[in-house]
Amino acid sequence: MADFDDELDASGLNCPLPILRAKKSLTAMESGKILHIIATDPGSVKDFEAFSKQTGNSLLESREEGGKFHFLIKKS
Amino acid sequence: METKKLAIIATKGSLDWAYPPFILSSTAAALGYEVEIFFTFYGLQLLRKKLDLQVTPLGNPGMPMPLGMDKWFPVLGTALPGMQSVMTMMMKKKMADKGVASLEELRELCQEAEVRLIACQMTVDLFDMDTADFIDGIEYAGAARFFEFAGESDICLYI
Repeated sequence: MADFDDELDASGLNCPLPILRAKKSLTAMESGKILHIIATDPGSVKDFEAFSKQTGNSLLESREEGGKFHFLIKKS
Repeated sequence: METKKLAIIATKGSLDWAYPPFILSSTAAALGYEVEIFFTFYGLQLLRKKLDLQVTPLGNPGMPMPLGMDKWFPVLGTALPGMQSVMTMMMKKKMADKGVASLEELRELCQEAEVRLIACQMTVDLFDMDTADFIDGIEYAGAARFFEFAGESDICLYI
């Protein structure tokens, strides 16, 4: 796992909460900083891809590990 | 990039149907959309300070019920007194167990994200509703006000 600046644990939360919480965290961050998100909602894989495409915040990494989904998003 | 716009008409006042307007609006706002929801008829129930929304299995053959009841339970049985509150309780519990947000939370997230909530003035008059029962920060207007925004929207939904 690459370095990150902030972390958001959205485990146990269902759609659309992981996206909404991620958006809130990113808003509080400076441009160029990286947010690590942990989620358990399988729908979040496609959702974070779509979120990244539509908001311009790049999705650096998306992977599954031990039943959890990890995402690295860089604030644009 | 020009801001995209989402316009929604929310017409239903049951627990299950209260979700789509608030889920879609909060998500769209997070994606950078400008969003307005126009609440009309039973949709006005979604604006009450104290939400007391119910879900009914009555006349809803698509609703999954506990213990496979939707397969063997007589349709008329869904009209039994107390059935609605039992199903509402179970649905709320299931939602909480699965990490689905409460309506209050989603509604608050919508307001935080500056989703504009518009209550249909005609419905308020029709049902003699007391606007003191509704949350703050909403606008009261009519159909023309909806089209002002909807006419320029990229997505327009009737729920």
